[in-house]
Amino acid sequence: MTAIIGAFLSLIGALFFLLSGIGLIRMPDAFNRMQAGTKATTLGSILFLIGIGLQKPEYLGRTIILVVFIVLTNPVSSNALARAAHGYRKHIGARLEPDALAEADEAAEVASKTTANKEAVHGD
Amino acid sequence: MRTLKAKILAMLALWVVWMLLTAPWSGQEAIAGAIIAILVAFLPLFPASLLGDLKLGPKALVYMVAYFFVFIKALVLSNLDVAFRVLHPKLPIDPGIVKVRTRLKTPLGRLLLANSITLTPGTITVEMRGEDVFVHWIKVAATDPESATEAIVTGFEKYLEVICG
Repeated sequence: MTAIIGAFLSLIGALFFLLSGIGLIRMPDAFNRMQAGTKATTLGSILFLIGIGLQKPEYLGRTIILVVFIVLTNPVSSNALARAAHGYRKHIGARLEPDALAEADEAAEVASKTTANKEAVHGD
Repeated sequence: MRTLKAKILAMLALWVVWMLLTAPWSGQEAIAGAIIAILVAFLPLFPASLLGDLKLGPKALVYMVAYFFVFIKALVLSNLDVAFRVLHPKLPIDPGIVKVRTRLKTPLGRLLLANSITLTPGTITVEMRGEDVFVHWIKVAATDPESATEAIVTGFEKYLEVICG
């Protein structure tokens, strides 16, 4: 019985992998590819690994460790990729509407310029 | 006190990982694992200080279990949402980066919040600056920080506030 449930879970997980693969092809820019590609795989890999663990109970502990490591590390890599992609947003043609981070960057740049000017004035 | 709690939690985590790895359990392996876990966790340089932010009162434990289920629900719902968007012929996406605010102060709470936001499909944490969190949202429903915070952060935050301030 658990073997059947495990096989079913693995099948659903594989379906999510398929969906994320389709998303990877269909989405227009790096950010949205990341949304579809790396994110749909989280539920996909969780279900797949738990399904394998249910089919072979002696592996269940190991697959749970794998799930925990995926859950802990996947967001870190996605965050690094997203930040890098945002740095290159003008070159990869990403459409971001609105882009609060770019606005904040510009505001910070303007603020630092004005303080630099003030310092220069004070220096004179 | 806080470092001691962090080291004990780290020791328990190491021991649980060891026990899960050696699945058909035997007493000798459990004892050897416990000794090694104590030695590693109490090494002076082992970076466990993050775990000291975790609260362990009865209310916090209840909220931890509740948070687990809230997170699973959010994960499944948003996965189905992104799956729908991928399969829809018109590709109904409207991507943008919105600014949301968080009230969480401790490093562990902010880490868990950012990771939870990133793990739920449709939102990726791009940057954290002070109390501002910049989130890439596949379908921007609200551009002003208040309603975006309501939509993305509040569901996780009310649990994380209890678990780790």
